[in-house]
Amino acid sequence: MLTFVRGKVLHLVPVMFAVTCFSFLLTSLLPGDAAVVMAGPNATAESVAALRSGLKLDQPLPVRYVDWLGKAVRGDLGTSPRSQTRVLESIRERLPITLELLLIAQVMGLLVAVPIGIASAYRAGGILDQAASGAAFAVLAIPGFVVAIVLIYLFAVQMDLVPATGYTPLLTNPLENLRSFFLPALTVALGEAAAYTRLLRSDMIATLQEDYIAMARAKGLPTWHILLRHALKPSSFTLLTVLGINIGRLLGGALIVETIFALPGIGRLLVEAIYARDLVVVQGVVAFVAVAFVLVNFGVDLLYAVLDPRIRHGRALA
Amino acid sequence: MAAHSPDLTTEAIIVAPAAAGVDRPPRAWHRLGASFWLSVAWLALVTLVAVAAPALHLADPNLQDLTDRGGSASPQHLLGTDGLGRDMLSRLAWGARISLTVGCASTLLGMVVGTLLGMTAGYVRGRPEGVVVATMDALLAFPALVLILAVTTFIGHDISIIVGVIGFLGIPAFARVARANTLALAQREFVLAARAMGASELRIIGLEILPNIVAPVLTFGLLVVAVAMIAEGTLAFLGLSVPPPAASWGAMVAEGRGDLDIWPQVSLIPATVFFLTIFALNLAADRLRRVVEVRESRI
Repeated sequence: MLTFVRGKVLHLVPVMFAVTCFSFLLTSLLPGDAAVVMAGPNATAESVAALRSGLKLDQPLPVRYVDWLGKAVRGDLGTSPRSQTRVLESIRERLPITLELLLIAQVMGLLVAVPIGIASAYRAGGILDQAASGAAFAVLAIPGFVVAIVLIYLFAVQMDLVPATGYTPLLTNPLENLRSFFLPALTVALGEAAAYTRLLRSDMIATLQEDYIAMARAKGLPTWHILLRHALKPSSFTLLTVLGINIGRLLGGALIVETIFALPGIGRLLVEAIYARDLVVVQGVVAFVAVAFVLVNFGVDLLYAVLDPRIRHGRALA
Repeated sequence: MAAHSPDLTTEAIIVAPAAAGVDRPPRAWHRLGASFWLSVAWLALVTLVAVAAPALHLADPNLQDLTDRGGSASPQHLLGTDGLGRDMLSRLAWGARISLTVGCASTLLGMVVGTLLGMTAGYVRGRPEGVVVATMDALLAFPALVLILAVTTFIGHDISIIVGVIGFLGIPAFARVARANTLALAQREFVLAARAMGASELRIIGLEILPNIVAPVLTFGLLVVAVAMIAEGTLAFLGLSVPPPAASWGAMVAEGRGDLDIWPQVSLIPATVFFLTIFALNLAADRLRRVVEVRESRI
C-alpha cells in the first residue's frame, strides 16, 4: 500500500507542476499583451503601463511564475484589478453554491441510475433494459445547454413549477433554495444518470456471472438480497472511479449550467471574469479548478486502492 | 452532465487486423443496420446543405425583418423566422457550416497529431513512450472546457483559433487509442515477418501498423467530431465562439432563450437539429465499432 501511495504521489508532483505552470502561462505566453487586453479598448497608454507594472508584467517570466506560485501556495491568488477583491475570497464565496449544485445533481443522478442499472442488469436484453439503454444513448447525445433550454421550457414556461433562473441562499429560505437548484441540478443529473446507468449495468452483468452469485442463488437467498448485497457492492467500485473522473466534466458542466440559470457559483465567476477580461481572476480560477480536479482524481485513486485490493497489488483490471 | 462538456474520454478501441485470406464477410454494410444508414443519411443531408448553402438561394441569414419576428413556417421562410425576423432555415444552413467545419477540422487535427504520437509511442516504447504518456495524462488532467474558454479569451474568437484549441485537446484521446492498438499489433506475426524480411522501422509503422489502426481511429474520430461540435456549440451558446451576427447552432439556441415563452421554436428548432446531428454521429460510431469488434472476435 505504501509503495502504491508513494508511486501515486510521485506521479502527482509533475502533474501539479504542469497544471499550475499551464494556468500561469495562459496569461503570459499567449499572443497579445495581457495588460492591453485587460485595460480594454478605451484605455490610455498610462493606464496600460500602470496595469503592467501593477501586475509585474514587465518582469521576466520565470521570476513571475515563482512569485505567483509562491503566493498561490500560501493562498494568495492575487487581487482583481477590476473589482479590487481578492480572487481567493471570491472563490470561497462562490464555491459552496457549485458544491451544492454538484452534490444535488449527483444524488439525483444516482437515485435514477442505481435502480435502473440494477434492473437492466438483472434482466439484460429485456424490454426495460432496451428502453433504458436507448434512453441513455439519446440523453448522452444532448448537449448540456440544449438540455437546460428544454427543461426551462417544460418546467418553467409550460408548467410554471419552478423559477427558470435565479438563486436564493440556503440560509434565507431553504425550500426556495432547493427550488432554485432543481432545474440546474436536473440538467447536470440527466447526463450523469445516463452514464452511470450504462456503467452500472455492464459492470453488474459481469458480476452476476461470478461463481459466488450462483452460490448465493443455490443457497436460496432472495433475489433482492443477491442483487443489493452481493452484486451491487463490487460493482460500485467502478462507479466510484467514474464519479472522480467526472469531476472535470462536471466543472465544465457547472460552468454552462450556472451561466444559464444565473447561479452565482465558481463557473459563473469564471464566465463573468472572461466577459470582463479580468485575467487575474481567470488565471486564479483556472488554477484553482485544475488543481482541485487533479487532487480529487488523486483522492479517488487512493480510495479505489483502499477499497479494491486488486489495484494496490498491481493486478489492475486492465 | 448531459452535456458533455468537451472532455474527450477515451474509449480505447482495440482491433486486431483481419487475417489475410479471410476477408470481410459479404455485405458487412448489411450488418450495420437501418439505424446506421439513417444516421448516415441525416449526416449526409446536413453536410450537403452546409456545403451547398451559398448555391441554395436561401434568404440572407443575417437579413432582419422586424415586422416578422418569431414568424411561423411559410413559403418564404420554410422553418419560420427567429426573434429578429431572420430566416431560420438559412441560419441553420449557414450555422451548419461553422459547426461542421469546427467539428471536422479540429478532429482531423487531433487525429493526425494524436495518431502519429500514439503510434510512435506504442511502437518505439521506452523513454519516448513514457514522455508521451505522461504529457497526455497531464493534458487530460485539465478541465477541457475551462481551457477552451480561457484560451479563446486570450487569443480571440476566430474560427481557426477555435479549431486549433479543440483539436489540440483531442490529441491525447487519439494518442491513447492509437497507442493501445499499436501495442497489440506490434506483437503480431506479420510485423515480425516484415522485420525478418528486413523492412525498415519506418516502413513497418507506415505499411504494417498504420493501415491496421485506421479503422478504429476513424471510428473513434466520429465520436470526437460529436464532442468537438458540442464544444463549439457550448462556446457559441456562451457567446464566445465566432462573433455575431454569424449564425452558429449554439448561438441560435442561445438567441431564442429569452423568448421561450412566446416563440419556443426559435430555440427548440436549432436545438433539435443539433441533437439529431450529435445523436447520428454517436449512433454511427457505435454501430461501426460493433462491426469492427466483430471482426476482431472472428480471428
